[in-house]
Amino acid sequence: MAMPYYVSPEQMMKDKADYARKGIARGKSVIVLEYTDGIMFIAENRSATLHKISEIYDRIAFAGVGKFNEFEQLRIGGIRLVDMKGYSYSRDDVTAKGLANAYSQTLGNIFTGELKPYECEVLVASVGDTTATNELFHILFDGSVTDRTGWVAMGGQADALGTYLKDKYPKKTPSSKDALKLGVDALKTVEGSEVGSDALEVAVLDRTRTRRKFRRLLESELAKLL
Amino acid sequence: MRLPVHGPGSSFSDLLKSQEPDLLPGRDMHGQVEIPEGTTVLALRFADGVIMAGDRRATEGFQIAHRSIEKVFEADDMSAVGIAGAAGPAVEMVRLFQTELEHYEKVEGERLSLEGKANKLSQMIRANLPAAMQGLAVVPVFAGFDDIRGEGRIFKYDITGGRYEEDDYHATGSGGKDARSSLKKRFRSDLARDEAVKIAIEALFDAADEDVGTGGPDLMRGIFPTVVAITVEGTIEIAEDDIRVLFEELIGDRREQMLQPETHTVDVRRPQGETHD
Repeated sequence: MAMPYYVSPEQMMKDKADYARKGIARGKSVIVLEYTDGIMFIAENRSATLHKISEIYDRIAFAGVGKFNEFEQLRIGGIRLVDMKGYSYSRDDVTAKGLANAYSQTLGNIFTGELKPYECEVLVASVGDTTATNELFHILFDGSVTDRTGWVAMGGQADALGTYLKDKYPKKTPSSKDALKLGVDALKTVEGSEVGSDALEVAVLDRTRTRRKFRRLLESELAKLL
Repeated sequence: MRLPVHGPGSSFSDLLKSQEPDLLPGRDMHGQVEIPEGTTVLALRFADGVIMAGDRRATEGFQIAHRSIEKVFEADDMSAVGIAGAAGPAVEMVRLFQTELEHYEKVEGERLSLEGKANKLSQMIRANLPAAMQGLAVVPVFAGFDDIRGEGRIFKYDITGGRYEEDDYHATGSGGKDARSSLKKRFRSDLARDEAVKIAIEALFDAADEDVGTGGPDLMRGIFPTVVAITVEGTIEIAEDDIRVLFEELIGDRREQMLQPETHTVDVRRPQGETHD
């Protein structure tokens, strides 16, 4: 009878983490920035239909990087969860924290329990009445959650983008125009090539809107702004 | 909280059925109950879209159950649903319908077509049939702007979920017949928005004049019917102040007509032929 090879838990976790990180780094990046009226999402995405950024609930949006089918599954699961919660209790009871927690549990269980970890990272953002009450939760492939402020870069060349944004993100919350410029410049610098409006997916959680704060910027609008 | 990663496609009702079946409306029940009833809602088409309006009264037998209930709901940005009949189940159905449309839009990344929305509502009314047989019938009117055809459309239903499209106008509820008679006389196919709003208000006024269940404008409390207009731009609710002004004008006009000398009155208090001077 063939004996299975012994692999130490440390080694197994490390292998899984390396595998997931590699998968995530192969994809394109998403940048999330707080601006005066809310939160802006900028993704490099040439597809007009396969989105990386999506509406989840009235004030909550989602961004995913890595393997599309995996973060898409998380996105739909998230919408189901919050719609169920909002329907059985009240719309006010749906929070970004609750959703981030569910993602964290799910990704954590998959990372330890399944043979193949998910090669994706997700971000749950909720726009508050002021910048101080915005919430940004970054959830990694192993289920670890970080609470962020100001900016987040994930997927693709996240480290290089992070260095750029850390340096350039202003002390005073930028206007929507400045935030868009900052994000697009970051992508251009790190990618080392032109990123036109047809290669971008941009959406905002705009606190000045009525109930549903999420809005996608159309390609024509983007072209005008850039 | 477990993430429902494996679920039933993009339908919220199916999700609810699989996860919390007790929250679904239209449960089977026994015996008759008396509950608040919504009364008159109407919809009419105009040149750029469709108007929906409803009075604000709910009745329970011969009592007024509520003076300022809302019966016209925005289903999503491009459509509205007006309810008449059992108020509780109707409001619950509308809430599920609104969630259903938003859920589909978020999951699929695009809105359902107007036809698709009308069919979904039809299925929900059919699911309520057991309750309808016990006296809790919900008979909504659905109207919205159809992006594909570029025009406003109106759908009416029966309690079995039967769906019928109306070309020009429709009204339902206890004062529905009176509102329809009023609309019939004034409707034209090329109405501008403001004219259509005026006609809708007049029809509700006529319904309130004839039907005990329908509430007229409550000038004392400042409660006025709800009117929404749906066009390619989306749904807007007509401001209460504008509605108040329209009612005041209407009442002014009617008062003038009513105060004409009555010529055919027979004074029954005195024997005929008797002169008194």
